[in-house]
Amino acid sequence: MNASATRIGAIARKELTEFRRNRFIIMTAVILPVIFLVSPTAQILAAKTATVLTDAIQKRVDYAVFFPLLIPVFVPSVMSAYSVVGEREQGTLEPVLTTPVSRVELLAGKFVAIFAPTVAIAYLMFGVFIAIVEIWASPVIATAILHAPALPAELVFIPLLAAWAIWVGLAVSTRASETRVAQQLTVLASLPPAAVTALMSFNVITPTFALAAALAVALLAIDCAACFFVARIFDRERLVTGTQPARRPAG
Amino acid sequence: MGSSEARDGRQPPPATIEVSHLTKKFGDRTAVADVSFSVARGEVFGFLGPNGAGKTTTVRILGTLIAPTSGSAVIAGIPLSAANAADIRQRVSIMPEAPGLYLKLTITENLEFFARLYGMPGREARIAQALEAVGLSDRAHDLCGSLSKGLRQRAALARTLLNDPTVMFLDEPTSGLDPAAAHEVLGLIGALRDRGVTVFLTTHRLDEAERLCDRVAIMNTSLRTIGRPDELRQAMFTRSLAVTTATALARPAEVFNGLPGVQAWHDSQTANRGPASYLLTVTDPAAAAPGVTRALVAAGADVVSIGEPRRTLEDVYLQLVDAADANATVKEAQPR
Repeated sequence: MNASATRIGAIARKELTEFRRNRFIIMTAVILPVIFLVSPTAQILAAKTATVLTDAIQKRVDYAVFFPLLIPVFVPSVMSAYSVVGEREQGTLEPVLTTPVSRVELLAGKFVAIFAPTVAIAYLMFGVFIAIVEIWASPVIATAILHAPALPAELVFIPLLAAWAIWVGLAVSTRASETRVAQQLTVLASLPPAAVTALMSFNVITPTFALAAALAVALLAIDCAACFFVARIFDRERLVTGTQPARRPAG
Repeated sequence: MGSSEARDGRQPPPATIEVSHLTKKFGDRTAVADVSFSVARGEVFGFLGPNGAGKTTTVRILGTLIAPTSGSAVIAGIPLSAANAADIRQRVSIMPEAPGLYLKLTITENLEFFARLYGMPGREARIAQALEAVGLSDRAHDLCGSLSKGLRQRAALARTLLNDPTVMFLDEPTSGLDPAAAHEVLGLIGALRDRGVTVFLTTHRLDEAERLCDRVAIMNTSLRTIGRPDELRQAMFTRSLAVTTATALARPAEVFNGLPGVQAWHDSQTANRGPASYLLTVTDPAAAAPGVTRALVAAGADVVSIGEPRRTLEDVYLQLVDAADANATVKEAQPR
């Protein structure tokens, strides 16, 4: 069955409306990015009077440049972990599954609804960080950050990491028995990219162009494959009855 | 209406649901065992049974939510298969036991969402019609979270009307509702019948099944019986006359033995003083009653009442469900 843009749009629109009216989701979507912004900003502003780029200052720069990448990893985890199992617990999933919507349409709609605000917030925070650096950081630090080779790479990695985190969350959510478990597992599953980011920010892994390109290609491939993988493990029968099906149900 | 045509002895309408030897197992547990039945177009079909009898599982199979272990079915003219699932879902609607509304959305927003999932043109008009049908037009912009249970059930019913379904599966639609709200929902189901929709009603409430349904099936993993409520009563119970006299008869055997049409009798409630009751097994209650009355009067008895005892669908249900025979064969009640 071909995916219908109308159905995907309907699901995305419904999810966004629900997010907008859910105080917990709003708080999570606002507080986490602010936390991830405050830490690198504080690092940079603490060295406001620096005139020379010492090793210590360079470490702060490296740390600050990579820290915003944690936003697309952690912000969507709460939403994506809730998206399927939460609906199941609320009793709203079964009526949706009785409509002609396919697994791919349902998951794509949920993905879009989480991806769009996550990437928007991550870019916004990135922009705010750059603006703070431009306005308040010492010129030497500002120059170091604005000319850091990792900076343009972040623009590419923000959507790629967000997609990874969302698909992981959706995968966990389709198989988890309850929301709380799903959220814990999703945070755990989001750690590998966060760990890579942290290792780069602490210069344990040297971020070269080749490495960045390889990681970007790998993430893109994983994100594309994840769509089909999550659709495969999305099982109407299991979601409705909580048991393993004898045969694969229809999509 | 289809079922009335069948009652009139005319050609029965084509079946909208045909189920053949349907079985569903969850691991070692059999939820539905070799179930076969058919439901005519425009019929209100009651599906009764105790908790865990396989009613909801059957509905979920027919609604393509879960796959059968074996057996086949045709729903709205479409064979049940994975390939046809989306087509079937387009033509049926299912109202699960829980309304399943998005509580942070308004009624209209809920309906708009589902209308888009069905890919329907003219959504606004369809939503307005559905809201009007369930009497919720004036609450259209209320958040579902602010509605009472009865209103939520009505909103869920409006949702099931959106796609103009050929078959509507209603799973315990009055569960948890107070009598007034349940009465409203039953009224809406009655209106669906008038619109020619085939209604597959799962319920515990035997009184409402008896009132609403053209036919009922009683299920307890396997199908125990199926037929019109009055047919089931007649098929299940021997025909009898209940006689109450002001005082106990001195020699009841002399009164009842040998009366035309009376096959057997026993005293069902006698006391030393006060009214006494007798239950007579008869071939035809209407034919036997005058003779029995004359015999009682001739014996000097003061007859308080005489008539055929009323058997309810509940009596049929309890008789079947209490029976321990799990492998009972399906008996289709034959029209008389």
